[in-house]
Amino acid sequence: MVEFDWLFFFEVLIGGLLSGVMYSLVAIGFVLIYKTSGVLNFAQGAMLLFAALTFVSLVERAVPFALALAITFVLMVAIGIAIERVVLRPLTNRSPMTLFMATLGLSYIIEGAAQLIWGTQVHGLDLGIEDIPFDFGGIFISQFDLFAAAVAASMVVLLSIFFRYTRVGLAFRAVADDQFAALAIGLRLPWIWATVWAAAGLVALVAGLLWGARLGVQFSLSLVVLKALPVLVLGGFDSIPGAIVGGLLIGAAEKLAEVYIGEYVGGGIESWFAYVVALAFLLVHPSGLFGQKLVERV
Amino acid sequence: MTIFNKLKVAAIAAGLSLAIALPAAHADEQYFPLQSYRVGPYAAGGTGFFGGFIDYLNLINTRDGGVNGVKLTWSEGETQYEVERGVEVYERLKNNPGVAAWNPLSVGIAYAMIDRITQDKVPLITINHGRTDSTDGRVFPYVFPLLLNPYSETSGIVNYIASKEGGLENLKGKKLVVLYHGSPYGKETIPIYELLAKKYGFELQQIEVPHPGNEQQAQWLTIRRAKPDYVVLRGWGVMNPVALKSAAKVGFPVDHIVGNVWSNSEEDAIPAGEAAKGYTAITTQASGAEYPVVKEIIKTLYDNGKGNLEDKSRIGSVYHNLGIVNGILNVEAIRIAQEKFGKRTLTGDEVRWGFEHLQLDPARVEALGAKGLFHSINVTWDNHEGNGYVTFQQWDGKKWNVVSDWIAPDWTLLRPIIEKSAEAYAAEKGIKLRTSEQAEAATN
Repeated sequence: MVEFDWLFFFEVLIGGLLSGVMYSLVAIGFVLIYKTSGVLNFAQGAMLLFAALTFVSLVERAVPFALALAITFVLMVAIGIAIERVVLRPLTNRSPMTLFMATLGLSYIIEGAAQLIWGTQVHGLDLGIEDIPFDFGGIFISQFDLFAAAVAASMVVLLSIFFRYTRVGLAFRAVADDQFAALAIGLRLPWIWATVWAAAGLVALVAGLLWGARLGVQFSLSLVVLKALPVLVLGGFDSIPGAIVGGLLIGAAEKLAEVYIGEYVGGGIESWFAYVVALAFLLVHPSGLFGQKLVERV
Repeated sequence: MTIFNKLKVAAIAAGLSLAIALPAAHADEQYFPLQSYRVGPYAAGGTGFFGGFIDYLNLINTRDGGVNGVKLTWSEGETQYEVERGVEVYERLKNNPGVAAWNPLSVGIAYAMIDRITQDKVPLITINHGRTDSTDGRVFPYVFPLLLNPYSETSGIVNYIASKEGGLENLKGKKLVVLYHGSPYGKETIPIYELLAKKYGFELQQIEVPHPGNEQQAQWLTIRRAKPDYVVLRGWGVMNPVALKSAAKVGFPVDHIVGNVWSNSEEDAIPAGEAAKGYTAITTQASGAEYPVVKEIIKTLYDNGKGNLEDKSRIGSVYHNLGIVNGILNVEAIRIAQEKFGKRTLTGDEVRWGFEHLQLDPARVEALGAKGLFHSINVTWDNHEGNGYVTFQQWDGKKWNVVSDWIAPDWTLLRPIIEKSAEAYAAEKGIKLRTSEQAEAATN
C-alpha cells in the first residue's frame, strides 16, 4: 500500500489557504457595498481592473509609484462616489434585481472605459515583492502569497476597527441594520453610501494591485469576481470575517479537490467545485457562515 | 406610350444600367471582411493580428496599387472574440461584392462558420489553429488551417524537445507533462500526445487548467510532485503568465517549459515578469522588425501616419508579424488565382483555387521580403495546412530570440490520423469525398 504523502497534502492545503486569501480580498469589496446598501455590486471586478490598469499605466508613464498610487486612489474614490450619485441614487427603492442589473451594466461600462482610456495592451506589474518560494521543511510557500495574506489581514483589522469604533463606522452599521431606522434618526444615507462606494474603490485598488501582480494587468482581471461569488455564498454576503473564512475554506477545498479528486474525474474541476461547496453549504445554512439571519415578523 | 409607360421603361433602363455599372464599379476590388476583436478580453491579440493583416493589405495597395491592379479593400466588424457576434458579422458582411476569404482568428467563430462558408463557397483561413482534420481538403474544401494545425504543432514540439535531448531515441524514459487549457482548443491535442508518447516511449501526464486559468496552484504542485523533464504549456490568454509565475512558485525551471503557438506572444511573457525569462515557445513566424517586409511597412505606412497599430512599439511583435504573414498568404493566393482566372475581382471559389495552389518556396518567400520571417508553404488541394515549418524562440525578459533552426513536424506520421478523423466527419455529415478533378474546377 502506498503511504499517504502528508507533506504534499499540507503543501496543497497551505497553497489553497493562501489562494483563498486572494479571493477574500475581492469578496470584501462586495461585502462593503452589500452590507450598507443591499446591492450585490457585480462591477467590483471591473473596478478592480480599472484601478490596476490606471495604476500601471501611470507608472509606465514615469509617474512615481507613490504618486501613481495616490492618483489612482483619488480616481477610484471619485468613481465610487459618481456611481452612487449617477447610477444608484436614482434607483433608490427599486428591487434588488434592478440594482443588480444596474451594476452588471456598470461593469461593462467600466471595462469598456478602461480599455478606451488606457488601451488593450497587457501589462506586467511589479510591486517589488519577489515571488521566490520559501522552503519550510520541504513545503514551498510563496513569498508573494504571504505578503497578500498580510495585506488582507491588515485590511480586515482596519475595516473591523473602522466599523466598530468610529462614528462613520457606527453609522454604516446602523444603515446595515435598518436603513429606514437610520434615516429616521437623522443619518444621511446618500453620504454614507457614497463613502461606502469610495471604500469599495479603495478595496478594488488594493485587490487590483495584488491580483495584477499575480496575473498581469489585463482584461481578465475583471473575471476574478467569479472567484469571489462562492466565497460570499459560504461566508455570508454581509460579513467581512465571513469573506475571510469563506475565502480560506473555498481556497483549500478547491485545491484539495483538484489534486485528490480531479485525477479520478479528468481534472480541471476546481473552478466548479468551489460552487459545489458553496451550494452544498447553502442548503444547510442559507445565510452563509456569518451572514445575518433575516427574521421577519408577520 | 403613356407617360406612365415611359416612366416605367426609363426606370427599367436605369435599373439595368445600374445593374451593369455596379459590378464594373467593383471590378477592380477584392474585399476582405474582418471579424476583428479590438476590445474585450482578447483585444491585445486581436489588435496585433488584424493590425498586421491590414498593414500588409495597405502596403500592397500603396506600394503596388493592389494585386495586379486589383485594389484590396476591407471592413471590420467587432466580435469581442464571441461566437454569436462573429456569426452576426459574417451575415452582415457576406453579401459585399468580391469577398476573398474570411480570417476570424478564433476557433469558436471558425467552427460556427464551416457550414456557412462551405455553402457560400468562400475560403475560411484559420492560420495556426482550427480543426486539425480540416487539413484534409477532400472533406473540407474551403477551410485552410494554414502553416500549422494542432497535430503538427504537437509533433514540432516533441521534435524540438528531442533535439534538446540529442535525438528522438533519447526521449525514451523521459517524462512530459502537458498543461492544457480546459476548452475544446486545449483538448484537441490529447490523443496525439498519447500517440507520440507510445511511439517514442516517453512517460506522459496531461493536466487540465480550468478556464480562464487564473489559478494554477494545484496543477503546479502536482507537476512538482511528478518531477517531469519538460512541461508543455498549451495555454491561452491569462493562463500563460499565470503558468509561468506558478512554475516559479514551485521551483520548476522555466527553461524546461515549452509553450505552444498560442502561448508564444509578448502578451504571454510580459505579465509574468522575471518568471518568464528563459521561457521557450514554438512559432511559425519569427518576431522582430528586421525583415524587409516589416521594414517596408514601417517606411511606407508608419512613417506616413498610415499604420494600423496605435502603439508603434508593437510593430514586429508576435501577433503583428502573424498578421503580416497571414496577409502575405492571402495576397499570394489571390495573385496565384489571378494567373489562372484573370487579373480581376475573383469569386470566393476562385480564391479557394488560389489557396489550393499556394506554393511559396524559400526563394519566393525571400522575394516577398519575408526571409527568416517564415519558412515556406506548400498547400495542395488535399493538404490545406501546407506543411509549415516551425521554429522556437526564447524570452530574454524584453523580447523573443530565435533559438532553433526551422523544424519540420512529422507529417507522414500525422497524415493517416488526420485522414481517418476527416473521413469520420464526412461519414457523420454525409459528405462525399472530393476528388482532385473537382478541386480543379472553380465556380460561382
